[in-house]
Amino acid sequence: MIRMTDIHEAPPEPASIGAEQIEYLEQLARIRLSGEEKERTARDLSKILDYIEMLGELDTEGVDPLSHPVTTEPVFREDKAVNDDRRDAMLRNAPEHKDGCFKVPKTVE
Amino acid sequence: MIEYEAVIGLEVHVELSTESKIFCACPTAFGGAPNTHVCAICSGMPGTLPALNREVLRYAIRAGLATNCEITRDGKFDRKNYFYPDLPKAYQISQLYLPVCRNGRIEIGEGKNKKTIGIHEMHIEEDAGKLVHDPEGNCTLVDYNRCGIPLIEIVSKPDFRSADEVTDYLERLKTTLQYIGVSDCKMQEGSMRADINLSVRPVGREELGTRTEMKNMASLKAISRAIEAETKRQISRISAGKPIKQQTRRWDDDKGVSFSMRSKEDAHDYKYFPEPDLLPLRVSDGMIEEIRREIPELREARRARYIKELGLPEYDADILTSSFPLVRIFERTAGICGNAKEASNWIMTDLLKLLKDEQVAPEDMHFPEDSLGKIIRMTSEGVINRSVGRRVLTELFGSDTDPITYVKDNGLAMVSDQSVIETAVDRAIRENEKAVADYLCGNPKSLQFLIGQAMRHLRGKGDPQSVQKILFEHLEKRR
Repeated sequence: MIRMTDIHEAPPEPASIGAEQIEYLEQLARIRLSGEEKERTARDLSKILDYIEMLGELDTEGVDPLSHPVTTEPVFREDKAVNDDRRDAMLRNAPEHKDGCFKVPKTVE
Repeated sequence: MIEYEAVIGLEVHVELSTESKIFCACPTAFGGAPNTHVCAICSGMPGTLPALNREVLRYAIRAGLATNCEITRDGKFDRKNYFYPDLPKAYQISQLYLPVCRNGRIEIGEGKNKKTIGIHEMHIEEDAGKLVHDPEGNCTLVDYNRCGIPLIEIVSKPDFRSADEVTDYLERLKTTLQYIGVSDCKMQEGSMRADINLSVRPVGREELGTRTEMKNMASLKAISRAIEAETKRQISRISAGKPIKQQTRRWDDDKGVSFSMRSKEDAHDYKYFPEPDLLPLRVSDGMIEEIRREIPELREARRARYIKELGLPEYDADILTSSFPLVRIFERTAGICGNAKEASNWIMTDLLKLLKDEQVAPEDMHFPEDSLGKIIRMTSEGVINRSVGRRVLTELFGSDTDPITYVKDNGLAMVSDQSVIETAVDRAIRENEKAVADYLCGNPKSLQFLIGQAMRHLRGKGDPQSVQKILFEHLEKRR
């Protein structure tokens, strides 16, 4: 039997956020920040991490990790297909479309 | 000279053959005009919530049980974040920390070459949409029909050492998954595809070399060629003292070479976290036992039964059970024509030849399951003769037309009218004086030739026994 305590990956070490990490996060989140925004974000994120770090003070020996605060049984959907084809209405939400497809900038692979 | 060996691991993605998608009720049917099997949930509209399809969990557990996996009792889903237009939510719901199944195995090879391939884990996730590069504009077109189709990803241990072991494993995995009905495994339609992780090392060394990955391989032949080429490429680089870069490569099967794909080195930071929109999974012993009971007779057992109870030759039983679509068509055909041996003969000789000639895999065959049974029944009831039966099979292969209707509409029913056969026989004798003379001099081959000529005049539809009998009588009269 596999239990949640078998998880091997340890959570990342919280650390004070530097300029390098902010640039990395910009890339991952596909956003561009100004110099002033970078500094403010770094300060905010460091504060958030410090705050969360308080949890590290607790003794969690013998406590199973919790992945969801709700403990009810999951609700399933029965496997019945309903074709709710509303393509044209949906495509109207897209900035551009062509031949029934969403049109996006060329992806590099 | 140093001898090298390849170390290969596989990640196989298999689309589950549920009726509806994993988190919404959209149909999973293949094809369909772009974006017509899409709703607010699978197109990632804000404010929607996923609801797990019950069958997805059951199918994944069934696949795990059939490959000797341990089933995870307390599972959950995780969110894998990345920006790419094939996923409109900008994340994929997958399983990282607590996959549904772990520690399985599949036996490959025969006799002395038997070997166990370990399955590291099997997890559930949603498929992504399809991107088509627009040849006209400098843009990409996105179709979300495939987005949200349930997948299981089966991650093997790096236990393979050759392309043959890999294809053997994939064949067996495909057969098993088809037998248990969780996937049709149609590689042509992309419902089974493999990522290959490959590195090389000197034989005898424990430590692994740097690996490359080739993604989304969708044919056994291409997989085999790609493995051989990549093994050679890596060995020649190492022998020349050049390093192997850890990278994703794309295999071009037409050119027979792989290319490095341009991808940022940091692209693999998916910022996984527990999926907040879905509750943790609980799998009870009762559920596992119920699913275990649903697993049908698998290949080995069925093969043994075909030999013992149906009296089929070992070779035939081996081929027929090698693919579940063949099992289905064989059992259906035998049921309709009432003769297992006859059904097996037709499949082994005629149907397999058609599949080979047309280069169609059994699971990709478009042929109604009861057609062959009806054709065989018509031959055994004397409605058509055997060669017409063969012709009907060839002509209807890949078509939905009912063979009984086809025989009627095309006037293919066997001619057993004595006077019609006599006319044809007379003509064959009249037009082939030399063959007649040869026969009368004792050359039996001439009889076959004359039967062929008479049959030709009957456009192949004569009752062979009557033709032979009448021809024989007419020839004997000439002695």
